[in-house]
Amino acid sequence: MSAWKSLFSSGRSRTLPAPLPPGAAAIEVSGLHVRLGGREVLAGIDLTARAGEVLALVGPNGAGKSTLLAAVAADLAATEGTVRIDGRPVGEWTAPELAVRRSVLPQSAALSFPFPVEDVVRMGRAPWAGTPQEDEDDLAVAGAMAATEVTAFGPRPFSALSGGERARVALARVLAQRAPVLLLDEPTAALDLRHQELVLRICRERAAAGDAVVVVLHDLGLAAAYADRAAVLHGGRIAACGPPAEVFGEELLSRVYRQPVEVLPHPHTGTPLVIPRRTALTTI
Amino acid sequence: MTATTTSGTERADTTAPAAGPPAKGRRGTTFTLTTGLAVALFVLALVSAGLGTYHISPGDVLASVQHRIGLGGAPLDRVGESVLWNIRLPRVVLALLVGGSLGCAGALMQGVFGNPLAEPGVIGISAGAAVGAVASIALGLSFFGNWTVTFCAFVAGLGTVLLVYVLSRSGGKTEVVTLILTGIAVNAFAGALIGLAIFFADNAQITQITFWQLGSLAQATWPKVLAVLPCALLGLLVAPFYARKLDLLALGERPARHLGVDVEKMRMALVLVVALLTAAAVAVAGIITFVGLLVPHLLRMANGPGHRFLVPGSALGGAIVLLAGDLAARTVANPAELPLGVLTALFGSPFFFWLLRRTRRKQGGWA
Repeated sequence: MSAWKSLFSSGRSRTLPAPLPPGAAAIEVSGLHVRLGGREVLAGIDLTARAGEVLALVGPNGAGKSTLLAAVAADLAATEGTVRIDGRPVGEWTAPELAVRRSVLPQSAALSFPFPVEDVVRMGRAPWAGTPQEDEDDLAVAGAMAATEVTAFGPRPFSALSGGERARVALARVLAQRAPVLLLDEPTAALDLRHQELVLRICRERAAAGDAVVVVLHDLGLAAAYADRAAVLHGGRIAACGPPAEVFGEELLSRVYRQPVEVLPHPHTGTPLVIPRRTALTTI
Repeated sequence: MTATTTSGTERADTTAPAAGPPAKGRRGTTFTLTTGLAVALFVLALVSAGLGTYHISPGDVLASVQHRIGLGGAPLDRVGESVLWNIRLPRVVLALLVGGSLGCAGALMQGVFGNPLAEPGVIGISAGAAVGAVASIALGLSFFGNWTVTFCAFVAGLGTVLLVYVLSRSGGKTEVVTLILTGIAVNAFAGALIGLAIFFADNAQITQITFWQLGSLAQATWPKVLAVLPCALLGLLVAPFYARKLDLLALGERPARHLGVDVEKMRMALVLVVALLTAAAVAVAGIITFVGLLVPHLLRMANGPGHRFLVPGSALGGAIVLLAGDLAARTVANPAELPLGVLTALFGSPFFFWLLRRTRRKQGGWA
């Protein structure tokens, strides 16, 4: 039976990732060009995400944030340049090998059949089947569900949840995967205020535990408050990259977003607050 | 990742030990359902082997089977033994194989397409396989002896699955409307090809084709069982190994890949398996529709969409439905025999209609 099993499970022969020391490069993107439908969506990206940090990708619609994330996730092939995860080009890893090295939260969570929420979260453990880490399955699932506050939905079918609840279940699945690199595409888009903060706090916790977290955000305030570094994308290039306090300048953001903004330090914490300049509403 | 239904439930037991009361309840249901289906199948097979113009009691059937496999028991009289072993049992075994293949193929296709309306009959795979089978009869091919019809059905079926798959997918998913419309087109084209084959066939071949086309197990013999056994068995044995991956595929192609599923490889393997199973069913029994649609749906309603139960469970359920259908087909209008394909379509079509309505309501129209 065991020979039979090893024939059909991909888990046995895989090398499992060794934990990266804090500050080591988990993702290295160099000279990345991606062309989609004849349009150059990414035009020369150089970026490094390090273990133990939260890197925010920000920028206007169509700047290439999701495309960059998809290229890092190995969903899209690079037209030019390389993407390395754990020191090796993503194209050279097999799908099972990549699955224990990075987890991906897609922008929208879909499900063809009405699986119960707990089963959906448990799907995140699939990459570890047949490895010693399989023993952590129940702990990882329960932990991820508690962290995202979806434990109460456990037995309910995924299709019966609201948009925001689905988004949190999808995040729980990604957390349960316990990969050292997290790629999150707009994890806060469908969430209310409380859960937006919750998700970003989870990102910080994972970074503190030594993971590399790359997160696409639209809310610059969230990025400023929670990210170690922010990369501002504009027209397929990185317009600026660094700590949010240095990168979020009025001139740069106004130009990139084509919307005049003010950047003020928070009166208590000093983190930058980005506010669009609005003409005062006049009542007639 | 298990070969049989029983070890499938064991597996479910070991992977989720501390999952709490709801999951525990579901595991209980899985076990009850699997046992229930297996027992029902066994009893039905026993009854079906005994019922007919020449009646044999279930006890005598068991005794005769025991005798033949050398576990005691006693043989029947000469006529009884001949009826049981040359007419009834091949037919029962064939019904099991065909039904199991159809049920399993339906569950697999719905998983691969991520679409609950996918089924070999509805989207034209059976018709495609039928073209191969009819062509081999009409042209009088015999290059593989006993296996020629099955082989031709397999090749044509494989081509059709690939064609439907390519035509009905865009942007990594299959929309219901596209799938059904593709099915209509493929069914029409296959119907035309079958018509052409009949046009060129001689009278004896036409009779053979017509009988076969109605979907009947009346001509069951051991050589026929042997003709489809390799196809059906291979398909049924390989299918459960993809159950876990099919669960992941429900998240979508990219998320499945993120979780370590080699989606391309899996898709090719499953397309092959579906073609094998459909060919096995079509080669001997003609086009039997809706079994692959009805059975997985009922099981999903009873025990959730997890494929580790659904794939082997649908094989069991399909075998039961076909065995019961065949029993009804040959006893209801005794001594005449109803065509089995007609019977399943009679019950299956309203169900399909209901399913369409429900899917449409859920999506808020076809847009």
